[in-house]
Amino acid sequence: MTKLIIILLSAVFINNYILSRFLGICPFLGVSKKLDSATGMSLAVIFVMLIATAVTWPIQMFLLVPNDLGYLQTIVFILVIAALVQLVEIVLKRYLPSLHKSLGVYLPLITTNCAILGVTILNIDEGYSFIESMVNSLGSGLGFMLAMIMFSGVRSKLEGADIPKSFNNSCRGVYYLAVIYGLRRSNREFV
Amino acid sequence: MTRLENFSKGIIKENPVLVLVLGTCPTLATSTNVMSALGMGIAATVVLLCSNIVISALRKVIPDKVRIPCFIVLIAGFVTMVQMLVKAFAPALDLSLGIYLPLIVVNCIILGRAEMFAQKNSVIDSAIDGLGMGAGFTLTLVLMGTIREVFGSGTFFGMPIPVLADNNVSILTMAPGGFFVFGLLIALVNKLSGDKPKKKFGCAGCPSAAICGQNKGGEAAVND
Repeated sequence: MTKLIIILLSAVFINNYILSRFLGICPFLGVSKKLDSATGMSLAVIFVMLIATAVTWPIQMFLLVPNDLGYLQTIVFILVIAALVQLVEIVLKRYLPSLHKSLGVYLPLITTNCAILGVTILNIDEGYSFIESMVNSLGSGLGFMLAMIMFSGVRSKLEGADIPKSFNNSCRGVYYLAVIYGLRRSNREFV
Repeated sequence: MTRLENFSKGIIKENPVLVLVLGTCPTLATSTNVMSALGMGIAATVVLLCSNIVISALRKVIPDKVRIPCFIVLIAGFVTMVQMLVKAFAPALDLSLGIYLPLIVVNCIILGRAEMFAQKNSVIDSAIDGLGMGAGFTLTLVLMGTIREVFGSGTFFGMPIPVLADNNVSILTMAPGGFFVFGLLIALVNKLSGDKPKKKFGCAGCPSAAICGQNKGGEAAVND
């Protein structure tokens, strides 16, 4: 039990996917302009991370490893994740239209989000058991959400600031990120 | 467009990292030193070149509706090959790139070029485009890696540089430094291109296209 709590907390705070592993930066920069789309995207990421782990872990352990097919990991995982996301989207659309309406637009995009493929591969690399993998995925998703919401707050506050023209658009986002990273670092030094 | 222009556009005018802002994750993660930046650049270039050639050769065979899954399978195949080659011949590089090596599969640059260029052009043009884009990616990574390694840890390819080694700015090798260097380079490119409103590059190839705030279609999708 203690190990599970340690995995969860370290996935959220210490090995945070955006803030220390650089995974999932593209959607992070793209979707963090508004708080509600940031929340929607993070919920979709948590959801897909959990189901992707629940499917890829058994595939790796019961199909690839016994048959000595470990080298197919990358191909199999990306295909399974892509198919799974499509399936989930169809099921949600049919049975839970309200949930589909709030998460639906974000689902297809996260198929090729490196955070999802990253979490499934890292779970295998770390040698986690099934339960530990699920906890790690949940933690990683929560960490993504934490960073996303924090960032969209900073971004909406600073949107009107007067900065040189060359620093507009993508640059602006990158600089806010630098500030957040800086904060995180100084925070850790003070504590 | 001549072949030379086709090749050189990837390096400056349509630089995948600094102008198209694709492939941000590996750029930031592997540019802490020149060696891993170079390794990442070459690995991605090889995958990009192979996938562009094969996708362009198969462009009339692959049905339009299922093209994205087909592209992903082809790309994943090449990534697996590169991964095995690196593991066998450059184990140190494999360790320093770690998880980012298999993650070349989801690098937007590769899927983006397949979608924007390879499926519409001949094999030779696609190969040249792949090489140019790969060169642009590699050069940007090496440039960032050089800045971060020389000023951040005072070394170049691991060799210490006399004065800088004692006065290194260690924040440059860490995450915030990566973002500062990245942002400065983008600003520099914006400045050099005269702050003109940029020509819209089709976002179609990027998986985040529908949601990304940078294009108008994306805004509509978010507001819906």
